[in-house]
Amino acid sequence: MKLRRQKSRNSNNIFTQLVFIVTEVKIGIAIVIAYTIIAIITPYIAPYDPLETDPLKILNPPNLQHLLGTDEMGRDLLTLNLYAIRPSLVVGLSAAIMATILGLFIGILSGYFRGFLDEILMKLADFLIALPQIVLMVVIAAIISSSIYSTIVIIAILTWPPIARVIRSAVLYIKELPFIEAIKALGSGDKRILFKHIIPQLLPLAIANTVLSTPNAILSYTALVFLGAGDLSEISWGTILHNAYVSGALAAGKWWYFLPPGVFLSLLVVALMLMGYGLEKILNPRLREELIP
Amino acid sequence: MKRYIASKIFSMIISILALFTLGFIIFRLLPGDPISLMLRDPRLTEDQIKSIKAKFGLDKPLWEQYVIYIVNVFKGELGISIYYKKPVSNILLDRLSNSLILLIPSTIYSIVLGVLIGTLCAWRRSGFASRLTTTISLVLYSLPTYWLGGILILISINFLGLPVSGMYSYGIEYLNSLEKFLDLLSHMILPSITLTLVSFGGFTVITWSAMVDIIREDFVWALHAMGYPSRVIYFKHVLRNALIPIVSVSAIAIGTTVAGAVFTETIFAWPGIGRLIYEAVIYRDYPLLQGSFLIITTSVIIANTLADMLYGFLDPRVRRS
Repeated sequence: MKLRRQKSRNSNNIFTQLVFIVTEVKIGIAIVIAYTIIAIITPYIAPYDPLETDPLKILNPPNLQHLLGTDEMGRDLLTLNLYAIRPSLVVGLSAAIMATILGLFIGILSGYFRGFLDEILMKLADFLIALPQIVLMVVIAAIISSSIYSTIVIIAILTWPPIARVIRSAVLYIKELPFIEAIKALGSGDKRILFKHIIPQLLPLAIANTVLSTPNAILSYTALVFLGAGDLSEISWGTILHNAYVSGALAAGKWWYFLPPGVFLSLLVVALMLMGYGLEKILNPRLREELIP
Repeated sequence: MKRYIASKIFSMIISILALFTLGFIIFRLLPGDPISLMLRDPRLTEDQIKSIKAKFGLDKPLWEQYVIYIVNVFKGELGISIYYKKPVSNILLDRLSNSLILLIPSTIYSIVLGVLIGTLCAWRRSGFASRLTTTISLVLYSLPTYWLGGILILISINFLGLPVSGMYSYGIEYLNSLEKFLDLLSHMILPSITLTLVSFGGFTVITWSAMVDIIREDFVWALHAMGYPSRVIYFKHVLRNALIPIVSVSAIAIGTTVAGAVFTETIFAWPGIGRLIYEAVIYRDYPLLQGSFLIITTSVIIANTLADMLYGFLDPRVRRS
């Protein structure tokens, strides 16, 4: 009975609870919502066409016509920065969801069935965690291809290990609870225990991990593109930073080219992280009691 | 102790073998690998294709190709760079020392800064300092390293006039070695500030949480009861006990520091191994990419093992378990 009540508090009210939490989390959610809205309506609010070049307005500093100035081909930088929101959100969220699914799958496999497979998988996870992720990502992306889809897959297959570790320890804990033993005694098989009793309890944890890995995925995507291993034809903050660096605008001190993409990016990343911390606090009952009176 | 070291070295060798296997998978088995791209050239005759296949062992079964690959990597035969037209291993050796010149001082700065600020935060737990530090480390974590470096470049170009690219000034004849050294130092200022800024936050958090664990122990209460000032208790007694967990967790931070070095070297055009990754990607120079990938990841694994050993050396409980 007690368990059931806790479960319903966990899974049903996450978002209503989130709103009542500390100010930082509210700010985070507001910023993420603002970015999402802008990403959806970019074509209607962007002041120029993102591909429109103007040979007469090369590397102009910010002015009234171009609030963030223009790049080396005379494109409006505010427009480019706004258009960059959409791919970042799409890549970040899809890579995070894919990594969480992988992490769920591997974590359950390891934690529930244990044995030799568990040992191999966790050794693999530790091996991947110790390596510098971005180097692996750049190398694989440079070899396979640099399309936005392969970027998503590459980020996902390198970010599952920490998620799998968290899921695994949760499975280990749930598996030892008395009610599982009771269900087993009633004659339930592994399949029923997993799908009806263990996986539903892991879902809140999976959601929190998705939100927590999204900012990292966005940072990885931008870094990949900046280093030239991503899709440079897609407008993204990584592309803008890459072009600013390669074209020599950075070395010439053209701050309006290099500064704004980083500000746009960091604001989104900080907002997502605040949201993630809030979720984590709600999902961890011990932290929650301190927060919600 | 000997058994502990032996077991650590054994697992290091396993990790390095796993790494080379990963290299084989990435550079030989994934679609779009460099050799199959080369073979697709329509100008090649039947004989040429055969000789290329024989040279790289592609006519042999897969397991034999794998063995040849591992043996070649261990011997340091990593092929010839397409862009530099030099053996990859020679380039790597040149670049490695340049990377270390930048990485070692920056890592020392960030450890010192991180441990100091972490101790300060644990000491004044609920104060302004700890709130400020949490905010700063959150913001620094969310800033891409290359962007932070770029901002420093912009500040330097517009206000400071410090050198922003390379290791030495271009086309200058030095009168003596002191002058050359000073030139190197001035080129190091901005990259090392960038690296320190992006990596000290990790050490701060590690120190902070290690200190918070130690504070709960009885001997701290005893020291308080004996009337020692809290400054002495924190910086002398608690910090000393916290150093052991700090060393062990710092091993994890090595990977992050190396990733930071890749970005820092790229944006400041510092001729190290990290910059080599960027150059290899831009010029699509696969032998060079493979070489720099293998040397970076192998060094991370070796550094991790060394940190583990140091941990076992400092804390006898670890090596006995």
